[in-house]
Amino acid sequence: MLKTIPKACFIDNKYCPGCGHGIANRLVAEVLEEMGRDGDALAAIAVGCASLMPDTFGIDCVQAQHGRAAAVAVGMKRCRPDKLVFTYQGDGDALAIGFSETMYAAVRHENITVIFVNNGNFGMTGGQMAPTTLEGQRTTTSPRGRDVRTTGDPMNIMELLKPLDPAYLARGSMTSNAEILKTKKYIRTAFEAQERGVGYSFVEILSPCPTNWGLSAMDAVARIRAEVVPVYPLGEFVKKEGL
Amino acid sequence: MARQLMKGNEAVAEAAVRAGCRFFAGYPITPQSEVLEYLSKRMGEVGGTFLQSESELAGISMIYGAAACGFRAFTSSSGPGYSLMQEGISYIASAELPCLLLDVQRYGSGLGDIFIGQSDYWQCVKNGGHGDYRSIVYAPNSVQEIADLAVLGFEKAEEYRNPVTLLSDASISQMMEPVELPEMREHDPDQFDWALKGKGTGESKRHTSVMYYMSDYDTYIQSKYREIEGKEQRWESFQTEDAELVLVAYGISSRICAEAVALSRARGRRVGLIRPISLYPFPVKAFEPLPCVKAYLTVEMSKLAQMAEDVALASGMKHPIYTKTGGTALYDSAEVCGEIEAVLSGEAKEAF
Amino acid sequence: MADMICAGFGGQGVLTMGLILAKIAMDEGKNVTWIPSYGSEMRGGTANCSVKITDGMVASPFIKHADIVIAMNQPSLDKFMPMLRPGGTLMVNTTIVKDAVRRDDIEVYGVDATEIAQQEQNARGANIVMLGALASAGKLLTHDVIEKGIEAFFASKGKHNPKNAACYERGFACCARLG
Repeated sequence: MLKTIPKACFIDNKYCPGCGHGIANRLVAEVLEEMGRDGDALAAIAVGCASLMPDTFGIDCVQAQHGRAAAVAVGMKRCRPDKLVFTYQGDGDALAIGFSETMYAAVRHENITVIFVNNGNFGMTGGQMAPTTLEGQRTTTSPRGRDVRTTGDPMNIMELLKPLDPAYLARGSMTSNAEILKTKKYIRTAFEAQERGVGYSFVEILSPCPTNWGLSAMDAVARIRAEVVPVYPLGEFVKKEGL
Repeated sequence: MARQLMKGNEAVAEAAVRAGCRFFAGYPITPQSEVLEYLSKRMGEVGGTFLQSESELAGISMIYGAAACGFRAFTSSSGPGYSLMQEGISYIASAELPCLLLDVQRYGSGLGDIFIGQSDYWQCVKNGGHGDYRSIVYAPNSVQEIADLAVLGFEKAEEYRNPVTLLSDASISQMMEPVELPEMREHDPDQFDWALKGKGTGESKRHTSVMYYMSDYDTYIQSKYREIEGKEQRWESFQTEDAELVLVAYGISSRICAEAVALSRARGRRVGLIRPISLYPFPVKAFEPLPCVKAYLTVEMSKLAQMAEDVALASGMKHPIYTKTGGTALYDSAEVCGEIEAVLSGEAKEAF
Repeated sequence: MADMICAGFGGQGVLTMGLILAKIAMDEGKNVTWIPSYGSEMRGGTANCSVKITDGMVASPFIKHADIVIAMNQPSLDKFMPMLRPGGTLMVNTTIVKDAVRRDDIEVYGVDATEIAQQEQNARGANIVMLGALASAGKLLTHDVIEKGIEAFFASKGKHNPKNAACYERGFACCARLG
């Protein structure tokens, strides 16, 4: 991370202590500033914890309806193709209610970037089960642990997007400085894919939610390493030539 | 410009393009699909964007994004598809962004029927979405008027930073009539200080519910819609000066009622017609100068007489209100004349 | 001036026939409406359109009582002949429609529209043959006005088919009063 705070993070964020959104916001802001594109970036911000972002993140943006950020971003990008357009969404938003919009933006090879924060539950509404919730994980709507026989398996969006010929797919985490820097590199590559007009780019970030997981900040990070990464492996899954 | 024979669906699409609309996203549904078909070809010719969205949910969201960038954005649908757009319309209205919407009404709830109906009055005029907002709603009754109102719709949408809905039906949208199209004009999306184009070196902008950053939102939102209600009522009155029975009808029904009024006048009946052009705001001013009125007859292609409630409010319930309803098969002027006779002879039963 | 229904199989050009007449009337300064059957009603092979031409205003574009019915096939005759006003005109395609004379309060004209179109090697020209017959029956517009209207209609679409003129003239010549 930069030693100086990027201009887009003009005020302290409002997320819970130990939440990963603050780091994710900061990484996006640093990348845009380093690319010299923070002045002409447009964002579609999701409902959920992501909706706290516009208060503290100084980038032109639209507060999208729940699940529709990708479609809102498409409306912006098609009108202003020279701008860097991205969505910022959580797992409930992008994979549950907004699954159709997420997939169809990829199907059409929309030249947008999706920043997808996976914390394994619906954070804003109190920690209900999300498509990404792990098998056996207790949430307020899976009190005995997620039963995959009735809820289906945890959704690995990388595998679902891969056949759609995207420009760039990567999954990072924020469990250490090294991982954070790697995630930042993924975000940069995703925006560069868009800048060069290569097509749809998507970065998933495994993020802690200490409040709803009922863990301390450090234990939440440890849980990602121990339990989440084995289900959602890290790395670049699609990287088109030249990126 | 010469008159051309065009379908309502094609005329409204072409008029939108001529008004400077360069973004359309929508989903096929009868009886509005010609709007998509026409614009799928036309938008490419003018350097605009046509996008067949994966659903109406996505379509209205794309409109939201395009409108936020200052572009003249347009989407269209019918009954069930228009229902799906309601959340998005509420967001667009709450963020105070302009856009043009078209609902080509069909008849009935659920799947309903693709034939003539005016049963989306409540949804469009009273707003199917959540929260405190209104969409300005215009009800064209000819192919010419749907083209004209598309242009006016964009202007009013921008003037008030609010969605404008054109409420059509299968007859207005499916039939061909002579139409004189508006002149081609350019639209500059950068003219608005609110249009998103990247913050540059200045302050960033965000489009979300204005209530989040407005100190006296309640007063503001009340005054906004009161201003629209004061200034934007549109209607036509026919032979209401001495009318004892005043018909009220919009869209296709108003044309049939105009003929019925002429036929009844020929029989010596003192009848007239108010044709609301704006349904929100409802033209309450049209009901003020009616010195001889003794009763109203609303005529609409819905079984529950949806507009009749607004007539009751606009007329202050001072006189009985009768309703002629329909759906799928359009009544003709002879049937409306029959209803007029039934009212005048005391055989009809009032609704309010 | 006239409330008219044009009906037949899909592919017989009944919508185009109505549209040509509506355009001619518009260019003559009339008020017109044209509305097709559509949606699920379109499926199953039959098509029709309603055309209203008047000096006044058109209220509803739909027709309950017609002045002219053009029936290009049997189902169209069965469906729309009862809607003719007394004194109305029925035009039938006698290649397909056989027992057209069922009412004595209307005028019935026939022309071998499909047969003539085939003879002229213009398989899709049955509608043009029928327009020739309509001109011959003299119920709506004159020979020259319809002839020019057909030319202008196809020219506006960038099409020119010299066989249409032959179809039109033979329709005009071969139209017969049946009842």
